[in-house]
Amino acid sequence: MSTLEIKNLHVSIEDKEILKGLNLKMSTGEIHAIMGPNGTGKSTLSEAIMGNPAYEVTEGEILLNGENILDWPVDERARAGLFLAMQYPAEIPGVTNAEFIRSAINARRPKDDPISIRKYLKDLEETMDFLDMPFSMAERYLNEGFSGGEKKRNEILQMMMIKPNFAILDEIDSGLDIDALKVVSRGVNEMRGPEFGSLIITHYQRLLNYIIPDVVHVMMDGRIVKVGGPELAKRLEDEGYAGLRDELGLDIKLTDDKA
Amino acid sequence: MSENTMPELGGEYKYGFKDDIEPLFTTGEGLTEDIVREISAAKNEPEWMLDFRLKAYELYRKLPMPDFGPDLSPLDFEHINYFRRDSDRVARDWDDVPEEIKKTFDRLGVPEAERKYLAGSSAQYESEVVYHNMRKEFDNLGIVFMDTDSAVQEYPELVKKYFGKLIPPADNKMAALNSAVWSGGTFIYVPKGVKVSVPIQSYFRINAGNSGQFERTLIIVDEGASINYVEGCTAPNYSEDSLHAAVVEVNVLKDAYCRYTTIQNWSDNVYSLETKRARALENATMEWVDGNLGSKVTMKYPSVYLDGRGARGTMLSIAFAGKDIDSDTGARMIHNAKNTSSSIVSKSLCKDGGRVDYRGHVRFGRHSDGSFAHIECDTIIMDDKSASDTIPFNEILNGNVSMEHEAKVSKISEEQLYYLMSRGISEEKATEMIIMGFVEPFTKELPMEYAVELNRLIEYQMEDSVG
Repeated sequence: MSTLEIKNLHVSIEDKEILKGLNLKMSTGEIHAIMGPNGTGKSTLSEAIMGNPAYEVTEGEILLNGENILDWPVDERARAGLFLAMQYPAEIPGVTNAEFIRSAINARRPKDDPISIRKYLKDLEETMDFLDMPFSMAERYLNEGFSGGEKKRNEILQMMMIKPNFAILDEIDSGLDIDALKVVSRGVNEMRGPEFGSLIITHYQRLLNYIIPDVVHVMMDGRIVKVGGPELAKRLEDEGYAGLRDELGLDIKLTDDKA
Repeated sequence: MSENTMPELGGEYKYGFKDDIEPLFTTGEGLTEDIVREISAAKNEPEWMLDFRLKAYELYRKLPMPDFGPDLSPLDFEHINYFRRDSDRVARDWDDVPEEIKKTFDRLGVPEAERKYLAGSSAQYESEVVYHNMRKEFDNLGIVFMDTDSAVQEYPELVKKYFGKLIPPADNKMAALNSAVWSGGTFIYVPKGVKVSVPIQSYFRINAGNSGQFERTLIIVDEGASINYVEGCTAPNYSEDSLHAAVVEVNVLKDAYCRYTTIQNWSDNVYSLETKRARALENATMEWVDGNLGSKVTMKYPSVYLDGRGARGTMLSIAFAGKDIDSDTGARMIHNAKNTSSSIVSKSLCKDGGRVDYRGHVRFGRHSDGSFAHIECDTIIMDDKSASDTIPFNEILNGNVSMEHEAKVSKISEEQLYYLMSRGISEEKATEMIIMGFVEPFTKELPMEYAVELNRLIEYQMEDSVG
């Protein structure tokens, strides 16, 4: 079992503090959801955990299996078991999807023992099939010309091929139609198990109908303000974030109340 | 995808080794009219070629050095050895090539490439071609493939008709020099309607220091014929400079097709100052594929004169300038007839203080109605020590033409690096993947074996690129 713990995390972007003392603890075998209104720091949290150099951690700790990883570069964190399905994955012309995923897998193996091409292609084909992706997408350049939905599926494909301990899914549901949402959810549910945990960042409750979380965190203004079970997500869907804010007596301006 | 396309980083400039060979004949250092005569005599040339040389030599003495581009002042013309013969024959069998020279080409993989995937192969060592051969089935099609010295003896009429016509000695100082002292190079004639897609290769090797290599290549692709020609170049490392000043003339007649691929990987003491020009007649296609990875200074702007209606010309190039390298390359597309089209795609990379400039010239002449040109220049500057400029020059003398020009200069994208690294790929490997992706439009046009080799070369250049 692996653990991921975030203690009193403060993160700034260009000197503006976005996360203001966030705490969260999870283990493999668990699915956690983070919900919250726009502009509350959900994506900042995911980028800070992954180690995006544009995000400056000013205080606090991120512990992976008890070890503080704040000084680790992003690739080291990834090899240690973290994965971030990004909201806006970069396009890399000239590098095929298949070549990229193979490099990612081999980065986790000893130099003299790369995955055999045959086994790799077989795994890739099966996984793409599972995600209703045409195999031709393996030979396309990474994310170049992919539709929004294709990019999201491709993030899930990478997750399934790399098999991380912790996958953070940053608004994986945004811009997806219901069929794609089901496919993406199928991917995450397939991964569920004692060696896999996921932190699902979402705006809407809809995704959580397909991936039932163990824990739901509500985030506002850079902090977790409430923790509960799946029923909390349902309640938010009915009452909105403003209702919860008022109930908690928080003095926070929501940038997008209607969401 | 194969395991071989992504070998590990590492190694050195692996072509830097040198042979210890006593020349059979050399004109020694420096250049005089007598030396021009000696070179001609050593080749038993007919009078008309000697005349051509002597006139060119006069021009060479009068013409100025280029007034643009890289600094050529360190190049010491007085100490260059203009002619050096190391073998007394052009062998058709590798076993007849002098042992030491054969070993060199073995190390360079030339005979192996020939066995595996070439229709024909030739190898030039210093001033002269030491080996050439073509597979029998291509010989039987009537294709002529030999060193240009032999062509002067065996096909004087063809040589007289085309030699020095696209690039007269007066074109520029280096063309005049080449015309005076030229030696070796490739002559190809493809008869009407004969199509060969299997590549024919020439390999150029400089071995000694202070060397001058002045090969002269002449290609004639007759009507409706097609050819795919590839050349490679390497040299050992020396502290003294060497000069490579080639002249290449390619005649692509009506409905014919020629692809001319160069992978230039000279060592970092070579000045490579080349003049390459093609002429495409009606509905003919000329494609330059030009990779410049090495040499100290490169000046090269292959051109296509689109002289026939519907002719097409393309240039696809990459240039990589590392430490102490100044690469000034580009292309010229001269639209002289109706409905002609051209495309220039230039990819440049520089790092460790290297300088890589694109210098291009597109001209639409008065009779170029309905013609079209596309120019695309992409550059990645990998650090603050390196520099790049895009210097396009367009001349439009006809209102009924169209042209697109895109230029983009960037650094390695942080966003791309972060994305690759977020999957566990190291910064070094991620940088390499981004660069490989950047040059992929070029490598995918190369024969497989060359693509593998080029990737390996770029990996070598990329080594230690992450600080």
